[in-house]
Amino acid sequence: MNVKAYIFLAVFAAAALVFALAPLALAWLWARGFSPRKPGAVKNAIYECGLDAQPTGWVQFKSEYYLYGIIFLVFDVETIFLLPFAVACKSLPLGACLAMLIFILLLVEGLAWAWAKGVLDWK
Amino acid sequence: MTVGMALMNEELQNQLSRQGVVLTTVQELYNWGRKNSLWPLQFGLACCAIEMIAASMARFDMARFGAEVFRPSPRQADLMIVSGTVTKKMAPQVVRLYNQMPEPKYVIAMGACAICGGPFRDGYNVLRGIDLYLPVDVYIPGCPPRPEALLDGLIALQKKIAAQRLTGAGRPRHLDANAPGEFPVPEYGAHDLVGPRLPAAEET
Repeated sequence: MNVKAYIFLAVFAAAALVFALAPLALAWLWARGFSPRKPGAVKNAIYECGLDAQPTGWVQFKSEYYLYGIIFLVFDVETIFLLPFAVACKSLPLGACLAMLIFILLLVEGLAWAWAKGVLDWK
Repeated sequence: MTVGMALMNEELQNQLSRQGVVLTTVQELYNWGRKNSLWPLQFGLACCAIEMIAASMARFDMARFGAEVFRPSPRQADLMIVSGTVTKKMAPQVVRLYNQMPEPKYVIAMGACAICGGPFRDGYNVLRGIDLYLPVDVYIPGCPPRPEALLDGLIALQKKIAAQRLTGAGRPRHLDANAPGEFPVPEYGAHDLVGPRLPAAEET
């Protein structure tokens, strides 16, 4: 094991760390020492387009979006895993094939559930 | 005494810089950094904004002076270019945006309208100058000012920043703990804006 060959990596990492942190530390020190903090009600307001937020941001909204989330997950994850599975299907051992089939079955179960719930009907 | 020393230092600095030795002070370094990275807030109020956009584009190229990064959020901006007619409907929003900008921050009043109301001064809904509510650093006359005029105003602001001393009575507002960080936001009254105005700017 040639340790010497890796020393430059350590030096490089340390230099990178100092390069990134030194300006932040300097700015922080400057702010602490010379630039007084000036918070205020308007300055700390959440909304920043010049208007007062109306009404408050704490409102109830419909949670029906979760259905779209689930359907998206079913199709998206399925697509991601199906292609590599199809490509490597022949060379996979039986156990991997079974695991993959169970995984797809679980996703299909979600689709069946959504179908039964009537989510797929166009309203 | 201090002036004499400053002059001597300047002379010494000039001599040394001719020999290839560059000296600087924390103050100069700080001001140099501040004046060359003015990030304007991206907003326009009227026709002056068109000239402001032209100034930021390739033909006039405000990037040459380090001020091309127009930020869409007041949290990231430190220069407010009030470009155009400030209506009384819009004034509270402008002041609120200024208040939300971090220190240090500067204001350029661009064009006759932002300075005093301009040709619309007698309109019932026109504010007679943004300096009624905000501390303006540089006024740029014109209707509208050409992009060169805006660049000239920007350079004037840079010179102003470069000349600021970081300590003493005349230090910039953001280094003065007693100077206000926020300015009162005007409110809509029955006929006019109500709320305190800046004492220095009395409407004529």
